[in-house]
Amino acid sequence: METTTKKQLRGGEFLVKETTAANIFIREDFSEEQLMMFEATKDFMKTEVFPHLPRFEKGDYALVESLMKKAGEMGLLGISVPQNYGGMGMGFNTSMLICEEISSMTGSLATAFGAHTGIGTLPIQYYGSEAIREKYLAKVASGEWIACYNLTEPDAGSDANSGKTKAVLTPDGKHYEITGQKIWISNAGFADVFIVFARIEDDKNITGFVFHKDEVTGLSLNEEEHKLGLKSSSTRQVFYDKVKVPVENMLGERDGGFKIAVNVLNAGRIKLGAAVVGAAFKVIGFAVQYANERKQFGKTIGTFGAIQQKIADMATMAYVADAALYRAGQDIEDNQNRLLAAGKPEAEAKLKGIEEYAVECAIIKVLASEAMAFVADEGVQIYGGMGYSADAPMEAAYRDARISRIYEGTNEINRMLTVDMLLRKAMKGELDLIGPAMKVAQELMDIPDFGAEEDTSYLAQEKKVLANLKKATLMVAGAAVQKFQTKLADEQEVLMSLADMTIQVYALESAILKTEKLAGKIGEEACKERYEMTVNFLHKAAEICNKAGKEAIYAFAEGDEQRMMLLGLKRFTKVAPENLKNIRRSIAAKLLDANQYPFA
Amino acid sequence: MKILVCISNVPDTTTKITFSSDNKEFNKAGVQYIINPYDELALTKALELNEAAGGGTVTAIHVGQADAEPNLRKALAVGADDAVRIDAAPIDGFFVASEIAHYAKDKGFDLILCGRESIDYNGGMVAGMLGELLDWPSVNVITSISINGGEAHLERDIDGGREVLTAKLPFVGSCQKELTEPRIPNMRGIMMARSKPLQVLPVAANTAHTQVATYAAPAPKAGCKFLEPTQVEELVHLLHTEAKVI
Ligand SMILES: Cc1cc2nc3c(=O)[nH]c(=O)nc-3n(C[C@H](O)[C@H](O)[C@H](O)COP(=O)(O)OP(=O)(O)OC[C@H]3O[C@@H](n4cnc5c(N)ncnc54)[C@H](O)[C@@H]3O)c2cc1C
Repeated sequence: METTTKKQLRGGEFLVKETTAANIFIREDFSEEQLMMFEATKDFMKTEVFPHLPRFEKGDYALVESLMKKAGEMGLLGISVPQNYGGMGMGFNTSMLICEEISSMTGSLATAFGAHTGIGTLPIQYYGSEAIREKYLAKVASGEWIACYNLTEPDAGSDANSGKTKAVLTPDGKHYEITGQKIWISNAGFADVFIVFARIEDDKNITGFVFHKDEVTGLSLNEEEHKLGLKSSSTRQVFYDKVKVPVENMLGERDGGFKIAVNVLNAGRIKLGAAVVGAAFKVIGFAVQYANERKQFGKTIGTFGAIQQKIADMATMAYVADAALYRAGQDIEDNQNRLLAAGKPEAEAKLKGIEEYAVECAIIKVLASEAMAFVADEGVQIYGGMGYSADAPMEAAYRDARISRIYEGTNEINRMLTVDMLLRKAMKGELDLIGPAMKVAQELMDIPDFGAEEDTSYLAQEKKVLANLKKATLMVAGAAVQKFQTKLADEQEVLMSLADMTIQVYALESAILKTEKLAGKIGEEACKERYEMTVNFLHKAAEICNKAGKEAIYAFAEGDEQRMMLLGLKRFTKVAPENLKNIRRSIAAKLLDANQYPFA
Repeated sequence: MKILVCISNVPDTTTKITFSSDNKEFNKAGVQYIINPYDELALTKALELNEAAGGGTVTAIHVGQADAEPNLRKALAVGADDAVRIDAAPIDGFFVASEIAHYAKDKGFDLILCGRESIDYNGGMVAGMLGELLDWPSVNVITSISINGGEAHLERDIDGGREVLTAKLPFVGSCQKELTEPRIPNMRGIMMARSKPLQVLPVAANTAHTQVATYAAPAPKAGCKFLEPTQVEELVHLLHTEAKVI
């Protein structure tokens, strides 16, 4: 594996510090072994999943169950489970790469896989006692046992810690009896292992437990839910009626369940990013193929500029999300390895390693799921009437994509978390936001520096725009914090704007550095379209920052202060004019020629 | 059994094939290489035969350059026990066959399996030449194989039917589609491939009998012409004058 001499930014630091291309990971850095795993997963998908695509739309839960078993036999369910528990012991980014491919063809399998390997496995791996890990982990990693995760309740969705499910200690002190109702539980219909959260007495927080369903009584399931998509992913309500679980089956500590939920969700969020990026690549592939085949007015529709523009924008969003995804993934993996090398126990190293990048995980969840939403929507559009037909692949892709903005924390919750976690880091002194924000405020007073010589090196102009977007974000964030102080949490609209700006900054920086790094490997000429996608995105990012910044400023500043901030925002979100039409045509030409998404 | 499987490295089936401006060379830049699909069948069958026999070894051999090693490691990941690369740029089928024969002649293999042909140059010669060079029986285009004692029971498709034959071990067989389904390496296999031996040997015989003079791309396919069901005369006319098939 890569030995790290790289200088790693801490979580959230991207907003106030620069990093270089050499310090980020791109998918083209994957080793031969990682790629062989990826290729094997592709072959698995081609032979076991692709031929059955229509079946996933017909409530074929047994198909998903059998695929999960087969994936388990292939070793795909235990990629980052340690080897001594029957897993492959591979790093975090490898598990993302496998997740990307296995989730790419249908949301039904993606959800079953994600629920099992993420929220279904990690609480056991990270919080289970030695005995629990011994008992469960190898069987979960091999797929012999399928897991589900029972957190959500009728009155506890986004507010996950408010659950009413109770765990009552039996008089002999040997068991907890769990009673309550859980809803929206993925894999419930065929799961063997249940992870459940319940409250003990009047504890502030919930507590996690794990059990095998054959070892308890009082557990029952509702019928399958009727859903918009994920038609073959089992989703049921689970009823607990004095389900007796030995006290040893507690995960972590009493009152520590919410922490488990939160920490496990970090991994879940970024992996959802991987899942939808994989799906986006496939949807773009279908769209391009259709554009190359479908003829109207005597030409294939791919020759029309209006269609090319869509293809280019779809590819751009997928490219950017991909860049952010594996950059953050490797930062997490390196941090985990660093902590392991420093002698931390496996579980603690993994947890702390990812927790550091919780901001990035939330960013990627929002960025990627919204990129996918755009890709699926335009995919339908390119298919025209056939996009609306259940006999073509876009209809299912469009429906399946929708859930990714809801689960693993809704995008609203993740947007708020992005800002909230950044501010907390600043408060704790882990991240210096104040200094840089004050510097920007000072810069607003100064006369802009027109004298500096133009840097003409590769991507230098784009980096300048990026630096300015960071300034814009810091300016608005700094002023908002000053204005609202502790009341900022009540100004959700402002938080949404700040999150949008922050997300654009991370995404654009990832794209720029990815393009730079790859150009260093294979040459600028070979990266022509990637460069163009970076520029195409840069314009979009600047526009979003401008709009979000304006709305925030309108919301809290007035008079001279408002005028000055608006001027600053204008300056910081300025981009040089560019013939985006030609850029998009060039990007689209590459995809149409390749007849697929050719950058993954 | 001790089985040798020949592995050829070929461009991915979706590759756009182009040649150098003088048409003397195939442009390799940006081309993805895969294990020749027929060779994957040979490899899978070799593993199945040993599994059925309850033991044995499978060696994967490739005549070619270092850029093929990822695919040899894939063969190890699929299940081969060790791999050998004869370090040479292969020139023709005879070149490949004589290198493999040189390697195999004193190693005590019970069986050599290869694909019916490689999907790039489609020579289909190596199995026959290997048999000749080793003085072993050689059977082409096998669709079924089972081994009992020292004898193989083989089936192959022939024009309009099927041929069933037997051959004494050791022998050379080339594999056809129906023989089996290619195996996808599992994750553990991929990780185990790390520690399996891959030996690089110098070229031994270094003899070729042919040389490529030039390549030519096939003429581009003409577009389809659509006629109304009523235009029968036009159809006959076009089939006669344009398609020249009647
Ligand atoms: C197909 C599917 C599979 C699922 N799988 C599982 C599973 O396996 N295990 C499990 O435990 N759960 C699962 N869930 C539940 C999922 O995690 C929740 O649906 C999700 O967290 C949202 O909760 P909710 O549905 O109660 O929505 P609510 O929390 O009621 O949200 C409704 C709306 O209000 C917004 N909102 C909520 N709170 C705030 C706030 N403080 N500020 C601003 N806006 C807010 C939300 O963003 C959303 O737009 C699944 C759900 C679905 C649909």
